[in-house]
Amino acid sequence: MSGATTHGGVGTPATRTFGIIAALALGWVVIGGIFVTPPDVVQGESVRIMYVHVPTAWVAYLAFVVTAVASAGYLFGRRHSLGFDRVAGASAQVGVSFMALTLISGSLWGRLTWGTFWEWDPRLTTTAFLFVTYLGYLAVRGLDGTPEQRAKRSAIVAMLAVFEIPLVHFSVVLWRSLHQEASVLSPDGDIKMDDLMLFTLLVGVVGFTALFMWLVSHRQRVMALRDIVESRRIDVALRERVAEGGAA
Amino acid sequence: MSRPSTGAVALAIAAKDLRIEWRSRVVVNQVLPFSGLVMVMFALALDDDAMLQRTAGGLVWLATLFSLFLVVQRAYAVDTQDGALDAMRVAGVDMQAMFLGKSLALAGQLLVLEVLLFAVAMVLYRVSPPTEGVVLLVTAVLTATAGLGFVGTLYGGLIAGAKGRDSLLPLLLLPVVAPVLLGATRATESALRSGGAVVSEGWPWVAVLVVFAGVFGVGGLLSFGALIEE
Repeated sequence: MSGATTHGGVGTPATRTFGIIAALALGWVVIGGIFVTPPDVVQGESVRIMYVHVPTAWVAYLAFVVTAVASAGYLFGRRHSLGFDRVAGASAQVGVSFMALTLISGSLWGRLTWGTFWEWDPRLTTTAFLFVTYLGYLAVRGLDGTPEQRAKRSAIVAMLAVFEIPLVHFSVVLWRSLHQEASVLSPDGDIKMDDLMLFTLLVGVVGFTALFMWLVSHRQRVMALRDIVESRRIDVALRERVAEGGAA
Repeated sequence: MSRPSTGAVALAIAAKDLRIEWRSRVVVNQVLPFSGLVMVMFALALDDDAMLQRTAGGLVWLATLFSLFLVVQRAYAVDTQDGALDAMRVAGVDMQAMFLGKSLALAGQLLVLEVLLFAVAMVLYRVSPPTEGVVLLVTAVLTATAGLGFVGTLYGGLIAGAKGRDSLLPLLLLPVVAPVLLGATRATESALRSGGAVVSEGWPWVAVLVVFAGVFGVGGLLSFGALIEE
């Protein structure tokens, strides 16, 4: 960690590549999604929400897989590298933001299509639980303690979530199947997509995935720097106390 | 000197936790009245006899969950206040035995609470379990309580000793215990035959509760030591 970060920002070739891909792809999603693609036969203009909703949902789930894998890497890796922990944390932060976007865009779409902001559909309910579970995960990361304590605690929470989320999903599915006929039309199963719409959706997925990688790589670098600042502060404080002791 | 077995240590830990509770009476004097009060407040909010009768199962389990946070916080407040957790660690207490013991004590306290809540529901909400539902009800209560004991001990241990933990515990625990709320509520409703439910419909939910208890029992045994040894 020499002077490299003191000038020219914190970009690396990798982050610049992700950033450029994200900017180009999302630029197309805005232009193509709003102006170029036709309205849907059944849903009309509201189908345009899909170009944001589907990619953000995909990225949110991807983010939580990355968090789980990185947490496992920290726990089971021989060196217990804090790099894994920072990737896990950064990924969860970005994932929670994307999941919020998914829930908001989804309920707006639901209002237009189903007439309600929310349906107690298993997929929606599980997604909501996933969202609050990872809010809890981020809160655990915010607890006081050393970076190692934080890493171990949060990695265990993330690993427990990997077992908990399928259990939540299964019980919600069972709950709905026993007590209510599926009243919700399949959110994207019966949409007839023309080629341009499908293309825009795919570009959206690529763009949002690149945005995710761009955000996570920057975020984990910021976290690394913060850890360094924290430990320096302790070193400085120790040195000051030692100096005081010497002076007395 | 031979090391005591895990089971013996777990029983000793559970006995210690329950003895502390018996002497301090915090759960008896504060948590039990609180949970009873929650049941009364539900009745005030819903204000409909038929509705109360139909939703009694869910309300009993919601009141149990609210009280779970208090009992878990209490269980760890006692241990962290005097550094007892550190002392036991230094004394070489097996962490798996500690997890089992604390889970057992927590489940025991919850069981007393649930019996009380069901009694309150019978009096205030006028539910009466039909005889054919009793086996289902007892099984559901026991498996749900085992799951809550494990998960409460695990997440309580996770944030024991950290600042700001009191408000964090519900945020962490509520999403995790959603399957217990669903499973125990549906099984209880089937056992009580509320809203025309059939007793046989409750058994798949007991399976959910068993899986939940299994997952968090094993998860706790594997990770509790790492969480406490910080």
